[in-house]
Amino acid sequence: MAELHKDYIYNLMVKGEREDGRAFDQCREITIETNVINKAEGSARVKIGETHLVVGVKIQPGTPFPDTPDQGVIITNLELIPLASPVFEAGPPREDAIELARVVDRGIRESGAVDLSKLCITEGEKVWMVFIDVHVLDDGGNIMDAASLGATAALLTSKLPAKRYDLGEDSPVPIRDIPVAVTAVEVGGTIMLDPSLNEESIAGTKLTVTSNQNGDISAMQKSGTHPLTSEQINYIVDIAIEKAKELREKFLVI
Amino acid sequence: MNKPENLIENGIRLDGRKPDELRPIKIEVGVLNRADGSCYFEFGGNKVIAAVYGPREVHPRHMQKSTSAVVRYRYNMASFSVEERKRPGPDRRSIEISKVSREALEPVIFQEYFPRSAIDIFVEVLQADAGTRTAGINAASIALADAGIPMKSLVSSCAVGKINDTLVLDLNKDEDNYGQADMPVAITKDGNITLLQMDGHLSRDEFREALEMALKGCEAIYEMQKAALMEKYPAQLEGDVIE
Repeated sequence: MAELHKDYIYNLMVKGEREDGRAFDQCREITIETNVINKAEGSARVKIGETHLVVGVKIQPGTPFPDTPDQGVIITNLELIPLASPVFEAGPPREDAIELARVVDRGIRESGAVDLSKLCITEGEKVWMVFIDVHVLDDGGNIMDAASLGATAALLTSKLPAKRYDLGEDSPVPIRDIPVAVTAVEVGGTIMLDPSLNEESIAGTKLTVTSNQNGDISAMQKSGTHPLTSEQINYIVDIAIEKAKELREKFLVI
Repeated sequence: MNKPENLIENGIRLDGRKPDELRPIKIEVGVLNRADGSCYFEFGGNKVIAAVYGPREVHPRHMQKSTSAVVRYRYNMASFSVEERKRPGPDRRSIEISKVSREALEPVIFQEYFPRSAIDIFVEVLQADAGTRTAGINAASIALADAGIPMKSLVSSCAVGKINDTLVLDLNKDEDNYGQADMPVAITKDGNITLLQMDGHLSRDEFREALEMALKGCEAIYEMQKAALMEKYPAQLEGDVIE
């Protein structure tokens, strides 16, 4: 982005404004559409402002990990494919894609969103493996929140395809909690929620807070080189939990 | 070890520590000959070694920045550092740890002093016992100072976690495996937070308390880092010490 444009956003911020007219603690418009891919066991298309992605959940039987023989497996993958932005390149996922996938995964895993013990078919031999794949189609900033919303929304609509594998009747994925990630950036000392692409590119630091249904924190990740003070972090945690509650009530009802 | 019934009883943890007590720390500065700076750091059962090379030429050339140095950080676990042999080479976990660790140190390095050059930090985990990334950051921060890289501050790091609904400082392996939350934090000397990750389950109030605890732990580690450097470089300290 041009230096001039950076100055423009920075100067707006000093006046208490954002490029797209939002308040600092306001998200862009969000739309979530579920069951968009028939072949997937669950799917969701999420748009946050100009960011656009599709999450597909594929579920199949597999062998459990030796240390958790009675639990299902969740694997989250996210790729920043060159279709989505001129700055993304083909090839194996690099650190930013890996970080995004791992933070989405942590939110789902640590909140206990999916009851893994109910994904066990035969202990030590066969369990359901849940693959969550995030396909970013258009990078308009804040892929993290879109990916997390999409993953949760897709899981909520997912079915265990038992019939296909002669394992009885299909049933919904056992859901226990609804984690929602909310990301804020710090730009010159100001905290802004749901950063746009331009805001993200001038931000010193991002902080993602994933919170669960009763308002507790399940995962957090600071990303970026600029330090934060405890006050800033506590402030972000507070607004992220509030915002997550709003989003959950609006979009993600079990 | 199977899941113990209680990880903490009457305010004493299984390894005998109080909730706000760090594991024993041992620091050796300048342990490698070829590296420009190095540090061996023992943190309870963790044994890590950090080396710093640079500022030096950037390879591949296209990575160089015309106005500042690039900082690169490679966190690597030895295959024998854990119970079950780890397949050598980078995996998704170590790539993420390398990224956040680099970002924890970058803000204190005067990168603009060295345009078109690289500062390479290599951290090898020889023995792992929960908290390897914090041990790595502590070691790397000392190794950077040992290499004479101009820095605004040292970076100190430790984790806070939750076991049996009690917040505790600096989790060991069993507490990490069977505990309810883990939150690594790194700070500069003036208390700015440069690393923050969390997984598990913490309420808003618990988080606040945990952050306070982590800051105190980091401050204690800072004093030890400073003492280790002062012991290594007594001659340089005869003049005025810049705080």
